[in-house]
Formats: sequence, structure tokens, C-alpha cells
Amino acid sequence: MRHPAVLADLRAKIARIEGVCARHDVLPFGVDAVDSRLPGGGIATGALHEIAGSPELADDASATIFLAGILARTEGPVFWCLRWRDLFAPALHLAGLHPDRVIHVEAGSDTNVLLAMEECLRHPGLAGVVGEVSKYSTTASKRLQLAAETSGVPAFVFRRTCKADQAAEGTAAVTRWRITASPSEDLGIPSLGRPRWRVSLERVRGGNPHFWILEGCDATGRIALPAALVDRPVAQEDRQAAA
Amino acid sequence: MRRKTGKPRPDGGAPARPLVTAIPDHGRRIVAAVDGEARALGIRPGMTITKARAFAPELDVVDAEPDADFEGLRRLALWAGARYSPVVAPDPPDGLWLDITGCAARFSTERALLKDLHRRTAAFGLALQIAVADTAGCAHAVARYVPAGRPVTIEPGAHRKAMALLPIRALRLPPADVEALRKLGFERVEQLIGAPRGPLAKRFGRELHRRLDQAFGTLPEPIEPIFPEQLPRTRRGFMEPIATAEAFAQVIGDLARDIADQLGRLGKGARRLDCYFHRVDGQVQAIRVGTAAPTRDPKHLAKLLAAKIETIEPGLGIEAMTLVAPLIEVQALRQGESLESLTRRGPDLPALVDTLANRFGQRSLHRTVPRAGAMPERSVAITPALRQPDGATWSDELPRPSRMLARPEPVDVIALLPDDAPRLFVWRGKRYRVTQGDGPERLQGEWWRDGGIEGETPLSVRDYYQVETEAGGRYWLFRLGDGVHAATGSMRWFIHGAFA
Repeated sequence: MRHPAVLADLRAKIARIEGVCARHDVLPFGVDAVDSRLPGGGIATGALHEIAGSPELADDASATIFLAGILARTEGPVFWCLRWRDLFAPALHLAGLHPDRVIHVEAGSDTNVLLAMEECLRHPGLAGVVGEVSKYSTTASKRLQLAAETSGVPAFVFRRTCKADQAAEGTAAVTRWRITASPSEDLGIPSLGRPRWRVSLERVRGGNPHFWILEGCDATGRIALPAALVDRPVAQEDRQAAA
Repeated sequence: MRRKTGKPRPDGGAPARPLVTAIPDHGRRIVAAVDGEARALGIRPGMTITKARAFAPELDVVDAEPDADFEGLRRLALWAGARYSPVVAPDPPDGLWLDITGCAARFSTERALLKDLHRRTAAFGLALQIAVADTAGCAHAVARYVPAGRPVTIEPGAHRKAMALLPIRALRLPPADVEALRKLGFERVEQLIGAPRGPLAKRFGRELHRRLDQAFGTLPEPIEPIFPEQLPRTRRGFMEPIATAEAFAQVIGDLARDIADQLGRLGKGARRLDCYFHRVDGQVQAIRVGTAAPTRDPKHLAKLLAAKIETIEPGLGIEAMTLVAPLIEVQALRQGESLESLTRRGPDLPALVDTLANRFGQRSLHRTVPRAGAMPERSVAITPALRQPDGATWSDELPRPSRMLARPEPVDVIALLPDDAPRLFVWRGKRYRVTQGDGPERLQGEWWRDGGIEGETPLSVRDYYQVETEAGGRYWLFRLGDGVHAATGSMRWFIHGAFA
């Protein structure tokens, strides 16, 4: 029973039972530290994901780029359903998401955003569907999850101005992320380095919550581990070995 | 509902002399229509030409051509039908009915729709008066007896009050009846409201109260819409009236198949579809859907229409339905079309865009493209979602925030040096301590513009700074003015957005 193939088979079976990425691909971040914590090794397509910032505008801005980074590494059109009009397209482009790929839907209200999302999710072949809402119910999350599972399109609900201690309602989303800004490295010159985020995976079906300090998206939407931290796991292992 | 009166001038040029048109009537000629100058002289339709000449001996008299006038009216109606509302009808001799219920979405507000209609119709060289009211009768009366010169809107529910103040003539009664009522002391509509109906009906017949009830909305007054000819059209009549959404959806499916067949024979695709529901009481309701690209896929068309069924009031039932494609464009058959659609894996974008656009409005669906604009808020333009992309993007060099405030908000700032990034700023009552900063990026205002910020300070200059706060949040602040010339700005600080 120690045979790796058996283990892999069992894992796949459990994943199928849990309905996680049973039929669809995953979108890896390309950062092992993150991908290894996610079942399937990345963001599951054909599933609903929840992303939140905080009431601070800068945190919502970070979450926006985190999301844009995920979508930048896909192919095909993206539908971005909005309630607010504060999304600034040039920044998406800087994260690698080309403006020609993004179709904005100004739906006007939470209900309409969710309606628009569901409609989009019925169309296979989209790279992703994003909906910005302030509140949404468990029922709505179930509907979106079902629609996403049927079409294989990844769905992202972006909960705007979402407080950290806000009692999270039950949700059918496969993952729930919270992105907040984190102090970046001081370059010692009057200039700014690559932004850093505190990316916390608050909930993941078939996995454990975790958080990372990560460096923000580059021009192709890739996130990275900060250079100072890359070596840390090795150091820890050394310490463990010593002990 | 709205009523518009247009009086076409028989000749194109502006007549210097007063002009009237004449029609024969019992062996004499009477005035049919007058222009502004003739009206100013006191000449009114219905006068004899001889009498009119007494007012203005130099009067130009042209024979009226009622048939040509009606044809002109019909053409105007079709134009308005294509642009404003699916339910339009000419109202001879000089009026036009438009049922604009639920049609304002394209223009964002009803006011904007009216303004557009007024402006465009006036540009045709027509004198017009627009009135909007709950009932056709009220709109008819207000358009003719409230010469405001601009569109008049009678607010919902106020038609009763509006009618009460109007003269009896406004009720569309035969002139003899109006005269007789006047002799009895009835001058205005409000006097009729309280008057006992029996004696009046005995003297004037049922017409009087029918018109009164129509104006007040207690009797329905359907508008029978006209359609452009030679366009794909299909109709289904029912033995029994239908009233359920499921039944409508079924019929819409049948109609869509018929119209798709017709479109296929023409080699065209529909850009717009109007579906008319004929109610048993004679009312006609309509739903209109548009498509982003010509299409004749019956399933897609039926789906677009079915999404709007809920706007239909079936009342006692619908006895017939008509589907018209008023806007069609060439949709060529492509070689191997069916094969391609079978093997194609990509999403059916036009179908999705249409569905969303018909639900949330054509304007709410867009892509963004770069625009040459000095200020960041003007660097983004929107373009229809299905426009062929040209790959243009913004500069990769300049940092731009992912969340942008609609209007820059003033912040209080402490900076060590005037040209330095601030060390602390207060925004929305919260204090942010800045740890690092980058800047400035100087943007010069578009001095040639009249509106916006440059309207007041044409030489305005903004110095943008990226700052990072203690918590790591990055914000985009700017200072108005270059710090040397007062004309470039007030040196006040604003916040404009937040970075990742």
C-alpha cells in the first residue's frame, strides 16, 4: 500500500468525492509554496473562488491585482462584472491582463452582478468570470459553484470592502482568499520596490488554511516569494535536522 | 405615451411670406394648415381662404396634398419607430403616436429620449410639440393646447389634473359639439367631470364620454402600430387567448423559427427584433431586443426575447403575436459554417454579450481602450464589447492604480520639503503614516479644453506621488500646481487611487 500510484489513486478518489477539480484543470501560481497547499496544485477551474481585500482601498486594490494576475496567465475572454466604477483598466494591463480580453459588465447592484455572473458561467470557454459584490448569500454561492462546475469556467467573487472579522457565511466556494497589503522591502532610496501582499488562504476545500507573504504580480501576472524568504524553508529544515 | 405634431412645409426653403395650404370644402376653399407667420397674423385652420386673405393680402396659398402629407407622416413614424419605440402610429392629419413605455433605457432617461426626439425632429425643419402622459388622450390634448415649445411631461398619475385645466376642444370632439357645449356654459374639461352624465349623453351621444374616459384612462385607447414593409415579419393568431409566460415562450420559439427562415432566404441576420403582443382589449404591447452582430439563430433570438416576457401585462389574454425584424443586415453564409460551429471550442461571445446587453443595457457592456489624454482619468475610453480588438494598450512604464477614485478627494498632508513625497496624510478621517514614496510624475493639464478641471485653471499641473503606508498599502497622491507659478494650481493635495 505504500506504492505512490496507490496513494495518487486514493487522492484522486477523495478529490472526486469532494467534487474538487474532478473534471477540470487547475491554474497553478507557479510558486511551489502556494501550489502545494492547494488541492490539484492550483486554482481549480470550473469552481467558485472567493477573494476579499479589506475596507482599506489599498487592500482591495491588491486583491484586484492578485485576481488580474491569475487571469493574466489564462487564455480567452474574461468577464468582469462590476458594481463600482473604480476599476482602472491600465493597472490590469500592467499585471499582464490585456484590455482586449476583458469585457466589463456594469451591472449596478449585487443582485445584478450575481445574475450576470451566472449567465456568463453558462458559457464554456471563457477564461474567467469576476463579480464584485459587497454581500452575497450561501444560496447564491451554490448557484455560482454549480454553474461553474458545469461549464468549467473559473468564477471569482470579489467581496469588496469586506471586514476581516466579518462573520463569514457558509459558502460553496472552493477557496476563500484574503489579500492585504504588506510593507515592502525598503530599498534605501526614494523609490518603491515590488509590492508585497499578505495572502491568506482562509478556507480551502480539501486542504488547510495558510498564509504567505508574497511579492505582487509582475508584468505577466506572476507572483513570487520574496527573495529573503525563499531560503527560509531550507534554514528551517537545517534547524530541524540539527534538532 | 407621447404625441407630436409636425407640420411639414410644402416647399423646402424658408418662405418670406405667410403661407397656408388650402383644401376644397363645399365649393369653397378653406385653410388646412398655416405656418408660423400666418399664425401670428391670426389665420387659423378652418378659415376660408377669402377671410385669410383679409388678414394678409400677400398670402401664399398652396393646395394641400393630404395623401403626400400622410405619406410623410408615415415615413416620420417609421423613422421614430426605428429609433425610439417599437409602437408608433401616425395620427392624421398632423400627429404621431409613440408608446415610449420602457423605451428610455437606450437614452438612460426619458428626458434624454425626449430631448433627442425634439432636437432631431426639429432638425428636419418641422415645428413640433411633444407631450408625454399616462394616457393617449391626455398626451394628445397637452401636445395641442399647451404650447410650451419644449417637451412637456405630465407626471404619472397627474393626467387627471392636467386634463381638468384644458379647454373642451382638447377632447377631440366634433367642432359642432364643442360649440354647443360652450353655449351651455362648458368651457373647460373640469366642468364636465362633475356634470351628470345622463343628460349630456342624451344631447351629445356617447362620443363625449368616450373621449373623456379615454383621456382619464378609464377606457383603453390602443395604438395600432405600423411596421416597415418588406421586412421579415411573422404573426400567430390564437383560437383562445393565452396569458402564461410558458405559452409566450413557446410561441416566441415558433415565431423565431419562422423569422429565421425568412432571414435565411434573404441572406440577412437580425440586428433588432420587435415582438408585439396583441391583447384581447386591443392594447398592443411590445418587447424589443437588439443584437451586437447580425444573427439568425432561432434559439438565440428566442432566448433574447424570452428574457423580457416578464415585462408584458397579459391582462385578459393575448390573442395574437407578431414578430418583426425592423433592422436587418447582411449575414453571409460562410463556407463550412456548420462544420466550424460543431468543432469550435471557443465561447459563443456574441450570444452572451447580447443576453447581457438586453438585460443590463447596451451601454453597461464594454471593453476599455487607451485614449490620448493627459490626465489619468481621461486615458481610458470605452468601446463596444465586440469591436474588433486592435491590441493597443497603455504605457508599460507608468505606474497606475488598480482602484481609482471617481473624483480626487482632498487630503491633509505633512511633507518635509515641498517637493518631497508626503510623510503623513489624512484621508476620510484616518491618518496614514508614509514609510516610502516615489515621485513626482508631473502631468500637465490639457490647456485647450474648456470643461473639467482645466475649465477653471487651464494651466493646471499635477505632481503625482506613489506612497506606501506603514501597513503596506500604496496610494496615489497628487499635488495641484508646480510650486512656482500660482496659475498652475493651489498646491493642495489630493488622493486619486490605490495601488496593489
